[in-house]
Amino acid sequence: MPMERGRRVRALLYSARFRAAVYQVVVVAAVVALGWYLVHNTLANLAARGIATGLSFLGREAGFDIGESPIAFEASDSYLRALLVGLLNTLAVAVTGIVLASLLGLTVGIGRLSRNWLVARLATLYVEAVRNVPLLLQLFVWYGLVTALPGPKQALQPGLGVVLSNRGLKFPLPHWHYSYVAVLAALLAAVAAALVLRRWALARQNRTGQPFPWLPAGLGLMLGLPLLVFAAAGAPLDWDRPVLAGFNFRGGATLSPEFAALLAGLSVYTSSFIAEIVRSGILAVPAGQTEAALSLGLTRGQTLRLVVLPQALRVIVPPLTSQYLNLTKNSSLAVAIGYPDLVSVANTTINQTGQAVEGVAVVMSVFLVVSLSLSWLMNWYNAKVALVTR
Amino acid sequence: MNLFKTGAAALAAVVCALPALAGQTFDSVKAKGFVQCGVNLGLYGFSVPDDKGNWSGLDVDACRAVAAGLFGDAAKVKYTPLSAQQRLPALQSGEIDMLARNTTWTLSRDTSNGLNFTAVNYYDGQGFMVARKAGVKSAKDLNGATVCVLPGTTTEQNLSDYFRATKMQFKPVVIEKNEELTSAFFSGRCDAISSDASQLAAIRANESPNPDDFVILPELISKEPLAPAVRQGDDQWMDLVRWSLFAMIAAEEKGITSKNVDQMLTSADPDVKRLLGVTPGNGKALGVDEAWVVRIVKQVGNYGESFDRNVGKGSKLKIERGLNALYSNGGLLYAPPFK
Repeated sequence: MPMERGRRVRALLYSARFRAAVYQVVVVAAVVALGWYLVHNTLANLAARGIATGLSFLGREAGFDIGESPIAFEASDSYLRALLVGLLNTLAVAVTGIVLASLLGLTVGIGRLSRNWLVARLATLYVEAVRNVPLLLQLFVWYGLVTALPGPKQALQPGLGVVLSNRGLKFPLPHWHYSYVAVLAALLAAVAAALVLRRWALARQNRTGQPFPWLPAGLGLMLGLPLLVFAAAGAPLDWDRPVLAGFNFRGGATLSPEFAALLAGLSVYTSSFIAEIVRSGILAVPAGQTEAALSLGLTRGQTLRLVVLPQALRVIVPPLTSQYLNLTKNSSLAVAIGYPDLVSVANTTINQTGQAVEGVAVVMSVFLVVSLSLSWLMNWYNAKVALVTR
Repeated sequence: MNLFKTGAAALAAVVCALPALAGQTFDSVKAKGFVQCGVNLGLYGFSVPDDKGNWSGLDVDACRAVAAGLFGDAAKVKYTPLSAQQRLPALQSGEIDMLARNTTWTLSRDTSNGLNFTAVNYYDGQGFMVARKAGVKSAKDLNGATVCVLPGTTTEQNLSDYFRATKMQFKPVVIEKNEELTSAFFSGRCDAISSDASQLAAIRANESPNPDDFVILPELISKEPLAPAVRQGDDQWMDLVRWSLFAMIAAEEKGITSKNVDQMLTSADPDVKRLLGVTPGNGKALGVDEAWVVRIVKQVGNYGESFDRNVGKGSKLKIERGLNALYSNGGLLYAPPFK
């Protein structure tokens, strides 16, 4: 019997599956123990040095102002609201940056493959110059450019109430009027109608082969319907124009120099990477596809739009996700040029409260959530454009 | 492969976690033979490195005084240049032994941040600098202004407090690096720049295209007693740093300078005898030898010498003694008795 048992133990030791399981249990235990030790060690050290811990500071009065904010904020609001303002500023620059970088990247990427010698060389030059210079330096250049504009008293006024100075781009905005609700409703209705139109047009084309220009028609609808409602309401327009008062222009809407510089820096830098991704995606579509499409009588534009790009997207989307994430994370370089993003607000918060561990943890978790959401969205889109095996 | 990766990550985490609690600061400084001192990245008059990497300034002198007292050699200091954000964590984590980086003594820093402030080495206050051509005469004229300001510290909060109290509007532009901030101000992005008045004087003297084109407004909107700080938990170390500063102030009060300190050893004044260790006791109580003040004064100078050399009439800044004169001359500087 002992012989039998010994053999069984040995068999167990020689079993690859058993050993693999043991290794995994050991590693998990080590990681958990280490994590526990790190947390415990940090808490013990903080306590030993008399440093306050916990997130209760979030509810206290922030006591500092923020240069620009999409929601109302003043110094008597809480740290939590200050951080929220920072997050919204980060999202604002990230979302507009992603849109701009994509458009720019798509244009340049297609440009690199152009049969026009000059266009292709210019696009190459753009990509090589932009992606090989550190982003931080580019931000300084952009910021230097926008702050080199003349001061408010010598501001450039190209007309229509637009004012350009080193305090930013200011433009008139109509004062709110209650009839604008109806205009917005009309716009929503037009969007819905355009979607229905598109469905009908595509269905008809599938059935009869008869195309219908749904895009121009839909756009016309989206522009015309709100305008019609606006006119019917008596076209109530009362502009809030920027006027020079004291140090600066008051009124109207503002695009701050910091936002403009950061947006330009992030979009241009990321667009050079996106251009390369687009180029690789297009090159990944076999030339036969283009030739087949052309021989069917599609124009070059149609070939690109209907045949090449939809297939290229399958190659483009996964690396594009990384670039979008990079852009979002790079937005934290805002601190260098004074845009009040999440990191900048958190910096001030950490300084005033001295609670660095909590402050950094908050920023890290927020970036994690934003990045994971973005990545989830892109994965969902990727699954949609991916080849489906039937 | 996964196992390897996990192991590597675990190892990295352990290594990073190692700089935990150091031993008693006093003993560890003595054992390693130099003072690790956190200073400003570069603030003219307070801490600036020259082209050979030698640091000078009023804050640097605080570090040098401690080294002169403890080791007999003011050069036994290693400097850690720190940004405003890095300075408190650097002291808390034990990376530096003392922090002499134009840091304002406040209640919350003294308590919940785990620091102890030693003694004020410069009484400062936050002010405003504007371009002369803006025609602003007083901070009360700043309604609607855009103000360039460094992040954190107490500066942003003071600024908001001032504008709230006077019911005026302003827009902050917060930039982390000194150079970027001042260049934004000089390019006209902001109407005013706000910082401690000493810092404004330094910026005006060194970074402005023409110092005469800029004025520092008369109002000071905050109390900024700048004081070297140490970590909580080692009173002996705190005492040494504190009394090294007091020694410089007391030396000025007694007219002891780096030039005449040797003659003063024969003075009949019992206060001078105690201060210079001719009558022993003070050195032993602090854990250093009795000639500690003699060496501080000889190598660093008394407070007045240090002030004049770094920020006063012997420097480009030309800051008046003002609040930083001895109490006997109408200022706030006052050293407790060396008994």
